[in-house]
Amino acid sequence: MSGYVLRRLLQAVIVLIGVSILVFAIMHLVPGDPIRQALGTRGTEATYLAMRERAGLDDPLVVQYFNWIGNALTGDLGVSFRSGRPVSELILERVPATVSLALAAIVVALLIAIPLGTISALRPRSVVDWFATVSSQAGLSIPDFWMGIMFILIFAGTLGWLPSGGYVGLTDDPVEWARHLIMPAITAGVASGSILTRFVRSSVLEALGQDHVRAARAKGMRARDVLTWHVLRNAMLPLVTVGGVQLAYLLSGVVIVEIVFAWPGLGQMALQAVEGRDYSLLQGAVLLFAVIFLVVNLVVDLLYAKLDPRIRYQRAGS
Amino acid sequence: MMAVGGPAADRPGGAGPGSADGPGGGAGPGGADGAAGSAVLAVRDLRVAFRTRRGLAHVVNGISYDVPPGRTLAIVGESGSGKSVGILALLGLLPATTQVWGSATFDGAELVGRSEDKLRQVRGAGIGMVFQDPMTSLNPVLTVGRQVVEAIRAHQSVPKAAARSRAAELLAEVGIPDPASRLDAYPHELSGGMRQRVMIAVALAGEPRVLIADEATTALDVTVQAQILELIRRLQDERGMGVVWITHDLGVVAGIADHVLVMYAGRTVEEGSAAEMFGAPVHPYTRGLLGAMPVVDDPRTARERDPLLTIPGLPPDPVALPAGCAFFPRCPIRADERCAHEVPPLTPVAGGRRHWAATFYSPEGA
Amino acid sequence: MNDETRGGGPTGAAGPTQPGATDRLGATDRLDVVGDKHRPRWQETLLLLARNPMAVAASLVLLLLVLVGVLGEWLAPYGYNEQFVGGQLESPSTDHWFGTDEFGRDVFSRVLMGAEVSLRVGAVAVGISLVAGVLIGLFAGYFGRWLDDALMRFMDMLFAFPALLMAIAVLAILGRGENNAMIAIGIVYTPIFARVTRASVLSVREEVFIRASRASGAGSLRIIFRHVLPNAAPPIIVQTTISLAFAILSEAALSFVGLGTQPPNPSWGLMLSEGRGFVEHAWWMALFPGLAIFFVVLAFNVLGDALRDVLDPRQRSVLTGKGAGR
Repeated sequence: MSGYVLRRLLQAVIVLIGVSILVFAIMHLVPGDPIRQALGTRGTEATYLAMRERAGLDDPLVVQYFNWIGNALTGDLGVSFRSGRPVSELILERVPATVSLALAAIVVALLIAIPLGTISALRPRSVVDWFATVSSQAGLSIPDFWMGIMFILIFAGTLGWLPSGGYVGLTDDPVEWARHLIMPAITAGVASGSILTRFVRSSVLEALGQDHVRAARAKGMRARDVLTWHVLRNAMLPLVTVGGVQLAYLLSGVVIVEIVFAWPGLGQMALQAVEGRDYSLLQGAVLLFAVIFLVVNLVVDLLYAKLDPRIRYQRAGS
Repeated sequence: MMAVGGPAADRPGGAGPGSADGPGGGAGPGGADGAAGSAVLAVRDLRVAFRTRRGLAHVVNGISYDVPPGRTLAIVGESGSGKSVGILALLGLLPATTQVWGSATFDGAELVGRSEDKLRQVRGAGIGMVFQDPMTSLNPVLTVGRQVVEAIRAHQSVPKAAARSRAAELLAEVGIPDPASRLDAYPHELSGGMRQRVMIAVALAGEPRVLIADEATTALDVTVQAQILELIRRLQDERGMGVVWITHDLGVVAGIADHVLVMYAGRTVEEGSAAEMFGAPVHPYTRGLLGAMPVVDDPRTARERDPLLTIPGLPPDPVALPAGCAFFPRCPIRADERCAHEVPPLTPVAGGRRHWAATFYSPEGA
Repeated sequence: MNDETRGGGPTGAAGPTQPGATDRLGATDRLDVVGDKHRPRWQETLLLLARNPMAVAASLVLLLLVLVGVLGEWLAPYGYNEQFVGGQLESPSTDHWFGTDEFGRDVFSRVLMGAEVSLRVGAVAVGISLVAGVLIGLFAGYFGRWLDDALMRFMDMLFAFPALLMAIAVLAILGRGENNAMIAIGIVYTPIFARVTRASVLSVREEVFIRASRASGAGSLRIIFRHVLPNAAPPIIVQTTISLAFAILSEAALSFVGLGTQPPNPSWGLMLSEGRGFVEHAWWMALFPGLAIFFVVLAFNVLGDALRDVLDPRQRSVLTGKGAGR
């Protein structure tokens, strides 16, 4: 067990170091002087020099990298070129909105995928199965930004049931928080739901064909118990992995949905950083996204190893 | 089709008591010898077909047999002969594309056409099953204890704790050392033989009156095979269960079966008491199977098995069965011109006491 | 043949393995002959695809897309930037099938001409990732060892970034615009091609004919491109089709946030972004470009799935796993 965890951790650390170098490089790949770019026509020569000094852009690259990564490890991601506020502070402000949205979206995805995938696997070639196949294909192909706009048109515009965008904190007003969350969550969750529907379907189909399912029926167990304990339980284990990967994507990939629904999350911030040439903020955001993505993947792998006794022992043995 | 079907259709008075020296006696050819009329499981002219894209696949084409308590019936055939399908179909363990005709009574109650819920009550509690591969037949993500407990609780409403101690007793009964601690083991933590013992414990959990061992030793190595055979034999003695061994390997059942039934392409080609079947096999197919089996010291069998040692070819396509004897395409003898056009009926073997064969061929000297 | 078997040898063991022994069964033997193996593989693939109605429908949609992409300028009733003063935000009519936008431009004409943008950006972007990814995957898979480790760990690092975010970061460096969007999307989808290619190469690398040509002293490059690549191609073809779907979607997304195609060019994503502001007054501005994206992406996805069923039935994990992320 610990051998596997160590190997997996080591691998994650190596990738993380590489990722940090790539992110670090953003600042230095920008044509011209990033601070002049960020300042544009604003600011005096004195502010420019001060910012340059603060960003340490005159040090050798290696020194700059180690300073940057060292600070990042202590939670200091530098100062936004635009607002002058600490990047970590700006990021922290945005975290609740993005996390709410990603979690709600994965819930939507699972609410679609588990019943639809299971039923279509239990009734292959039925109407439900056909519907599941077609709708998951469509769900993967539908542009999320377009779906969002159409939702706004229908549910906010024509019907007026839901707000067209914006975010309300959970602690401020739970009802409004939920009302604001519904459309973005569905918009963001549909693609993941489509991927997961296919996955659940094939996973349940595979579980259904296992010998132990027949053996469980031969024991005289009720069909429902066989389904719960010998089909679904086995089929849902790998869902931890794929669902986790989807969650990682949602945490770091809801940029577009945030734009459509004016959702003040990390994705919107990253895009604003690009538009404002706020490279230090962009760097911080990208690093954070990559770290989230890697960490969620790592946790998912370790969790899966813990949940599935086979892997636990296979890997311990190898 | 009906006319050429299974033995039950061809045989008069299957239920009549009387002398055991003819087809009219006892329970007919189907059934372990003796104990006429007291069979726990009685199968008559069972037919099973699957709907496929190419048409109906006739997998079982009329078989009959009896399983009396305490006796062992062996059903022998190669894969695709329908030997397992016949049983699985009775218990409703096959996909919905399966069609079943004929009759099978358990304790006098008909199984064919029964509702799923009624069938469920027979599974495990009336008829217990042990499958071929204990690794895949146990759910890898549940502990063995859980899997025995759920078999117990499928038929008896006992509290979990009581079921758990009952499970430990069952594990002890099947010879698993330190059963209480093994309850929390996962299947992959046990050896193949131990897993099969767990499967047997699972099969016993519902106190079945018939135990079906479907290739139950095939996946195990030879020494473990012997242990499992011995274990089932002991449990049979203790509990008075009828046992059905389903196997492709005559060698496995040679020492334990009371009655042997050889299937080919969904039909019984030969059956009889173990002594007569092994002593003087009649059907070319049986002789081929026996030839494939290592025979140590019987000079007659050794001589005869030469041309039949292995049987070339494959069983026929169940969607398009040949008009005549299903074995005809592969038959090395082809003794009679009727073989190609007519299905040979299951008839008593001349000079046999409890021995029937479905062939036009009669070996010299028999 | 059976007669021979019967008389053959004291053990008779030679008989059953002779192919002629199954002659009597006829059917089993002849079944194999039916699957004509002499037809070239691409022909067989096409034949199998033609049996799948979904795949045929998808192919027709894509054929239409290519036609519109090439002939859009001639097919469109108006120019993509032709403005009708006083005819702004008109709802769909016989003059303007899809209505007009806020500058009085004909939405139908713009949607038609947008096909060319989608197709070109998608094709170039996928071309970039195809060439880069396949080369990396080929070398990593064929040579293995440190080269494999180095290349694939680098790919892992690229893979650690969410696709769209990485494209945005690349555009932050390169600057916005259509050409840079192609490069950005190309970079983003390179790792998946590298992975697919490498996995496929690993499975064919040990085949007899490849070991044979290695033993006969053929050069590595020759073996890689003459023998390994053609045999490793099926999953790559499937991946190409599906990547076209995602590349077109990505182009639309990047243009939607203003980083891709720049106005006044008729990119579907850009049109959606413009239509978004008028959605409550001029729904047609956002509806039609979105439908166009949807159907084209759907067609590529459906075709990709059908191709996978035909070419590479085992490789399902790539799509259901990480590969499908946007």
